[in-house]
Amino acid sequence: MAGEEIVLRAEALKKNFGKLEVTRDVAISLPRGARHALIGPNGAGKTTLINLLTGQLKPDAGRIELEGGDITGLAPAHRVRKGLSRTFQINTLFPDLTPIEAVTLAVMERERTAGQFWKRLAAHGDAIEESFTILDQLGLADVATRTTRTLPYGQQRLLEIALALATRPHVLLLDEPAAGVPKDESAALFAVIAGLPSDISVLFIEHDMDIVFKFATRIIVLVGGGVLLEADPETVRSDPRVREVYLGHGHG
Amino acid sequence: MTTPIAAPIESRDWLRRRSRWSPFEIMFWLAALLPFILLPTYLPLASQIAIAALFAISVDLILGYAGIVTLGHAMFFGLGAYFAGIISVRGWGEPISGLLMAGLFAGIIGYVVSFLITRVQHLALIMVTLGLGLLTYELANALHDLTGGTDGLRGIRTWPILGQFKFDLWGYTGYAYTLAVLFLCFLLSRRLVNSSFGLALRGIRENVKRMPAIGADHKGHLRLVYAISAAIAGLAGGLMAQTTNTVALDSLSFERSADVVVMLILGGTGRLYGAILGTIIFLVARDQLAGINPQYWYFGIGLLLMVVVLFMPKGILGFLARIVDRSK
Repeated sequence: MAGEEIVLRAEALKKNFGKLEVTRDVAISLPRGARHALIGPNGAGKTTLINLLTGQLKPDAGRIELEGGDITGLAPAHRVRKGLSRTFQINTLFPDLTPIEAVTLAVMERERTAGQFWKRLAAHGDAIEESFTILDQLGLADVATRTTRTLPYGQQRLLEIALALATRPHVLLLDEPAAGVPKDESAALFAVIAGLPSDISVLFIEHDMDIVFKFATRIIVLVGGGVLLEADPETVRSDPRVREVYLGHGHG
Repeated sequence: MTTPIAAPIESRDWLRRRSRWSPFEIMFWLAALLPFILLPTYLPLASQIAIAALFAISVDLILGYAGIVTLGHAMFFGLGAYFAGIISVRGWGEPISGLLMAGLFAGIIGYVVSFLITRVQHLALIMVTLGLGLLTYELANALHDLTGGTDGLRGIRTWPILGQFKFDLWGYTGYAYTLAVLFLCFLLSRRLVNSSFGLALRGIRENVKRMPAIGADHKGHLRLVYAISAAIAGLAGGLMAQTTNTVALDSLSFERSADVVVMLILGGTGRLYGAILGTIIFLVARDQLAGINPQYWYFGIGLLLMVVVLFMPKGILGFLARIVDRSK
């Protein structure tokens, strides 16, 4: 593993909610092109960790670096512009916009052209074209001009990812991208994720172990706010502690 | 309208179609010329409507598009009115430059205030806008030497437009002038809401939480639209000062701030024409109701407002648009 370029690094991250330690001395490092999974039982602090990394929450202590630069104190929007994007476990979309509008907006925010109130939206041909390409890549081309709220749930999950991709992320944090999606569809959704450009580093939270073992090259196990183990899938699968606290029965 | 599409060109066309001029719009603006011929005795009322409609459009930009609920926007209307009035009293009665300066002044104050506005949300936001409105009102009241206080500003004289068209007693020039300014500001607002900036405002209204996650500086957007809205409100106030040659404290009053929101909700928010239609209904109803009973005319407005809010949640124009869509 030596010589691998680390894109996202967190050191000694700490976060307390009152007396509850939700993040305890967490250190993670994500190399370029990673496909890492973040697993752990409910309440392990997985979403909190994503919120800390992306700036929705401020850590009590610790340091976060993106491509070598300190981003610990940056606002969420600023981190996104530096290449750190996320999706949400619960759909956080624009219900009354169409996918083409929503993704075009994200593209134009990235290009810093969204404030141009004097120019017609339709005149920004490049942004619209790029947005369409992203939607096409995720299989959403046919519904590009349908109102988001009317889309089937699975397509709304894909739109979550499309919005994140439109920011041209270097690092993509996916908070249970397949949450609420039927098992057969979630495999298709992860096939899309696996097919993302190889220079994007991906860290995803997922509960379905079959999917985790299939798509992750490395697994971080979070328990009680701290990292229990970080290793390749085979090691995690056979680790007795992981079996005990997380896999439990059914995988035993 | 959910036909699937197969190429980026088509989705671009789809976006373009959404901002195309409809025959209804062209008919509406032609109809706005009718008072010159059909109702010359109502020209002063027509000017009043055009001014109030411009003010309502300014509120629609922040309330209808960006979701900033305000109960203090008369602040900018009054600032524009006093600015245009005061420079005229002090010797500069040229209307067009005076009006532009009034709008600019209100816009600058709006930009300064926007830093406060974007810090708060929900009830606190309404209270901050209300508080600022009240502060401005009392400030104008206290600065008696400058504003005339409760007596109002006296001695405004507006020069002929372009040195040619005098403001006549019947209101021909007044209505032509206000209608022209309304139309120009409408064109600007229409372009704004159909631009990427308009899309960003709709994004803020739809889901403000997602905006930072797509890298948006949404507070910057809100500050910009607030300043633009304040400038347009200032133009409306300036128009009132110039066409009536009077400015009184009521231009800054809470009642004016509340009335404009009522007009907007009657007509329908977030569609620009709703602001205009709501203003027409409100002011014509007031004119007619006051003719029947000058004391209790708000009774009729209250009734109308409740009927609209209960049975037409998207306003009268939203209701009409739904009927048109269904009949297609």
